[in-house]
Amino acid sequence: MSVDKSTDRREWYLASFRGFEKSLNGGTASALHQVRRAAIDCFAETGFPSRRDEGWRHTNIAPVARISFRSAPDSPPAGLSADQLAPFTYPGLDGTQLVFVDGHFAPSLSTQETSLPPGVVVGSLAAALKEVPDLVEPHLGQNAPYAGEGFAALNTAFIRDGAFVYLPAGAGLDAPVHLLYLSTARAENEGQDAGDGPPVTYPRTLIVAEDKARGSVIESYVGLEPEASYLTNAVTEIVLGAETRFEHCKIQRESGGAYHVASLHVTEAQGCRFTSHNISLSGQLIRNDITTVLAGEGVESTLNGLYLASGDEHVDNHTCIEHASPDCVSHEFYKGVLSGQAHGVFRGKIHVHKVAQGTDAYQSNQNLLLSDDAQITSKPQLEIYADDVKCSHGSTTGQLDEDAIFYLRTRGLSRAGATGVLTQAFAGEILDLIGFEPVRDRLAQLVSAELEATLHNGSGARE
Amino acid sequence: MLQVNNLHAEVEDTKILNGINLEVNPGEIHAIMGPNGSGKSTLAQVLAGHEAYKVTSGEATFEGRDLLDMAPEERARRGIFLAFQYPVEIPGVNSAYFLRTGLNEIRKARGEDPMDAIDFLGLIREKLALVKMDESFLKRSVNEGFSGGEKKRHEILQLAVLEPRLAILDETDSGLDIDALKIVAHGVNTLHSPDKSIVVVTHYQRLLDYIVPDFVHVLMGGRIVKSGDKSLALELEQRGYDWIAQETADRVADTVGV
Repeated sequence: MSVDKSTDRREWYLASFRGFEKSLNGGTASALHQVRRAAIDCFAETGFPSRRDEGWRHTNIAPVARISFRSAPDSPPAGLSADQLAPFTYPGLDGTQLVFVDGHFAPSLSTQETSLPPGVVVGSLAAALKEVPDLVEPHLGQNAPYAGEGFAALNTAFIRDGAFVYLPAGAGLDAPVHLLYLSTARAENEGQDAGDGPPVTYPRTLIVAEDKARGSVIESYVGLEPEASYLTNAVTEIVLGAETRFEHCKIQRESGGAYHVASLHVTEAQGCRFTSHNISLSGQLIRNDITTVLAGEGVESTLNGLYLASGDEHVDNHTCIEHASPDCVSHEFYKGVLSGQAHGVFRGKIHVHKVAQGTDAYQSNQNLLLSDDAQITSKPQLEIYADDVKCSHGSTTGQLDEDAIFYLRTRGLSRAGATGVLTQAFAGEILDLIGFEPVRDRLAQLVSAELEATLHNGSGARE
Repeated sequence: MLQVNNLHAEVEDTKILNGINLEVNPGEIHAIMGPNGSGKSTLAQVLAGHEAYKVTSGEATFEGRDLLDMAPEERARRGIFLAFQYPVEIPGVNSAYFLRTGLNEIRKARGEDPMDAIDFLGLIREKLALVKMDESFLKRSVNEGFSGGEKKRHEILQLAVLEPRLAILDETDSGLDIDALKIVAHGVNTLHSPDKSIVVVTHYQRLLDYIVPDFVHVLMGGRIVKSGDKSLALELEQRGYDWIAQETADRVADTVGV
């Protein structure tokens, strides 16, 4: 791969953007394209973040910034079959499943629920931009900020496809929509001067729920090849009207050599009930930025997260809850399991604005270190400008209870077996909060397999 | 079956066991009694393989094999079971899963096939009835929120499921009311057989009305100072431990010629 130690490849992306514009074939007059241009201008100005930026102090993104990632091809590889997707699906969920291969919608691999309520739109973003632009354009790129956010700026500049979910006022979607973003790790073979850099995709998701709608979306990010290297640069915007009920679950199962940098931005109007689950199971370097703005009174917002990292993986979750209205409640519950030389970062910001009287916010971050070399950086950050608030946080980091390990061993379990059972139980507390049983059960299996692999190859076991 | 010779053990440089000798043959029930701090629970923990206790000298064999060389799980798989004085709470692990996982590890060691969920349910129902526990316990996290009595019955439930060759009951009677005590004793007696042995560690004689020992040993200062039959337990109940302490002191004085 092509690595330049002196710059962050800004020119490379600007050239790549010019190539992208050409490929749009006159699609540059649209409102969306003005957003794209604004975003690439932002990127041109600030480039990628570095450790000098407060939000990136604990994650060294320089190795990613130096790589000349190339755009992934437009069409899915020939012969990619539903069988190959099976490990990434959740049998028992009977809703719509949209599959995106290397960032592009793959209709032949997708299944649409036939009886969607009237007015509901579930489909590719590219199609929605053509068919229902007035539902998309007021929101796309209008919520997730990209000024000063190098990755979000690039994602926005390269918006082409992704998913769009629209729930009109009062609509109820019973089965969750599953958005499956699959990376095959193929790069476009354009013979550019940068040689053979790994591919990048820019998945973009927009979810809009009008007043009193209810629904749920699962976003999966997965790698087809277990050890492939590529970059997923994803942005999801969720806009929730008054009194909506919405559950969002992000499942991140990228390849072992993959980089994943993503942001989720949620805006919640009065009386919303929103829950986010953020599950990270694999990937070389993972960064999630989750921001939720409690923009109306009486919102109840919950952020749950679980991250597993082993070997030399790095996983960084930054969450920010903006209490911008009175009488809102937020709960946050993040857990991490780190083994080998893995490094975890959790930063949880709760920002209580001056107007947000009556705020009730609670945050917890618990980490389990299964090896002496695993590390966690856990930083709660409470900024409170209102005076009538209840706001608290707790953070714990430790090892498993030796008494519990001994107890299990006296019942016949090996040390590794006991460690697995106890770690699974620790992680299970977060998985149990997910509202969809098939997802919960499958994730429990995946976590169990992941832990077994970690504990049996010795990289995680503490002797 | 179990042979303990001149066993010495310490924890964090404090000597607790100072030369234990004990022989348990198949089918026998032994009671180990003694005042607080005499080393009873330490002996139980050492036999189960707790790593915090360091054996400094002496030996212990189980069915001819060196016990002290075995990991705790190997002891369990070979048929040793410790009913804990303070059963550990394990949040997030339900009792059914815990029991079945342990049972299948032990079955594997015996060369038997693992038991599936359905067969296990049949077995566990029978065992639950033995200790008068409700099926709802199976869905609860191990020991979490259990009352003292429930924890002890849950230990006996595990004993019943795992069917060890040697069961060591560490103060299983403490904190039990008389009804629970009878249930526990009934469970233990049902599992006792000519090839299965039991070591009951207890402070009080009360449990021994229901689990009748063949031998009673008095542990003081980290060694067994007196052994006898079940009548010794009754004598201890009436007279306490002081007279044995005195008797032992006299004997030591005679030996050293003071």
